[in-house]
Amino acid sequence: MTQFNALMGGLFILTAFGIVGLRQILGSLRLFVAQSLLLAASAFILGATHASVHLFVVAGIVLVVKAFFIPWLLYRVLSHELHAKREIEQALDVTTSLLLAAGLTVIAYFLVNPLLIAASDPFIRINLPVGMAGVLLGAYAVAVRREALPQLLGILTMENGAFFAGISIASDLPLLTELAAAFDVLIIAVVVGLLTRRIHKQVGTTLVGVMARLKEE
Amino acid sequence: MGEKIFFNLIQLLVVMVFSPLIKGIIDRLKEMVQSKRGPSILQPYRDIWKLFHKDEVVSEQSSWIFRFTPYVCFTAPMFVSLLIPVLTDYPLFFAFMADMLGGGFVLALAGFFATLAAVDTGNPYGPMGASRTRMVGFLAEPVFMIVFFTVSFVAGSTIPYIVQKVWITPLANFFEPSHVLVMLAFLMLILAENGRIPVDNPSGHFELAMIDESKGLECSGRAAALMKWGGCMKFFVLLCIFLNVLVTPWGLASSGSVWEVLLAVPLILFKMILFIVVLVMIESSLAKLRLYRITEFMGAAFITCVAALLLQLLEIQG
Repeated sequence: MTQFNALMGGLFILTAFGIVGLRQILGSLRLFVAQSLLLAASAFILGATHASVHLFVVAGIVLVVKAFFIPWLLYRVLSHELHAKREIEQALDVTTSLLLAAGLTVIAYFLVNPLLIAASDPFIRINLPVGMAGVLLGAYAVAVRREALPQLLGILTMENGAFFAGISIASDLPLLTELAAAFDVLIIAVVVGLLTRRIHKQVGTTLVGVMARLKEE
Repeated sequence: MGEKIFFNLIQLLVVMVFSPLIKGIIDRLKEMVQSKRGPSILQPYRDIWKLFHKDEVVSEQSSWIFRFTPYVCFTAPMFVSLLIPVLTDYPLFFAFMADMLGGGFVLALAGFFATLAAVDTGNPYGPMGASRTRMVGFLAEPVFMIVFFTVSFVAGSTIPYIVQKVWITPLANFFEPSHVLVMLAFLMLILAENGRIPVDNPSGHFELAMIDESKGLECSGRAAALMKWGGCMKFFVLLCIFLNVLVTPWGLASSGSVWEVLLAVPLILFKMILFIVVLVMIESSLAKLRLYRITEFMGAAFITCVAALLLQLLEIQG
């Protein structure tokens, strides 16, 4: 079981790398779906091992909200954006940012290392560093990408990373917290999605990276 | 002892005989996906046969390198096929001659000579393609190295026979994240090294866009046949390493009986055909990358296997 969980963790990091480095917007969205599926799978595995109903609920919520509803919503709201402009501009070129992302993974591990010494559960040893790496990589994607939607995907990756770490530490989170977290993410996605659409209508582009200054009219 | 040499020679023979068949199947399947009938799967054999019976034209300007290269390109994959597990899961007579790194170097030698020969003739398309191949090659090199480092780090050895056992004993090792990521990285490497679609279009006939094919443009007659056959064998050998060492280390002969070794031949062909179906799906659903995007493709492969190495190093495993 730990083997499968480790595999989920490895692939999770890979999808996070993809969200940092992939050029196609549509591809990034698909990767996000894959990432959410991996998160749900990990929660499922942990739930099965700890016999915890809460983790099954988390897996279900993630599956419905993140792997299905948010991508569908973004796809609906921003379908023009997805198909008209297929390539994402980056502040750094792809190879450099991927190398930095690999460095961030190492940093993530050393950040959580003191905690790992205290942890005896093998699942924590896997999920905590991977989740931390997810958080850092998501933040990095927000910083390095210049389009609105990939930045949103960066935020969602951070959230996924936090969940990935969280499910291993707190195996019986109150249901209310889970629901609140899921709902929060949904609201973020809706707001950013609508805002992006609005920006696109007004300015004609979603390259938020170049909108550094305010303009008076 | 004598038995092991015999099996090793059978292995070599299998690589030589069946490699054009694999190429023929790929070509046929690709055409079928595009709703065409496509050439017979035996077409590569006919091509090679035909080329062997044609006159050879060699430019007066070229040096001995140009005449020597086809033989290097033909023998290098043969050498490598002696080192790797094609039919048996225990080391054969020549297996300890070199490890996987050594095999990589032998293949790189063939690539080096092919590049020199392409520059040698003075045909403008040759050097262009050769320099592009070098570009892809030096981008692929670090990936190759990291894949080997990861593999040898996990298995404690770079001899493919030992590595192959480590992945499946116990079976849970197969799902080790570093193993899966190394598999992915190696897949991307195979696509790049053999000029398959996201990097290069193997069936393209437009010289300006060629990467891998244009090296052999000047070759004719026997030289062309040897280059073609050598290319098929290189692909076959890389597939063997990929399938028998990394992906499906099952179905190999484990005892010294001749029948079991012979039974391993259809099994390896079956595995290859399964993989080819996947390959054709990849090739048919992707577009060729622009030349300067190849760096990003190889960067992705590099980061995938660096991630594998990191996961192994940081003990994120089951």
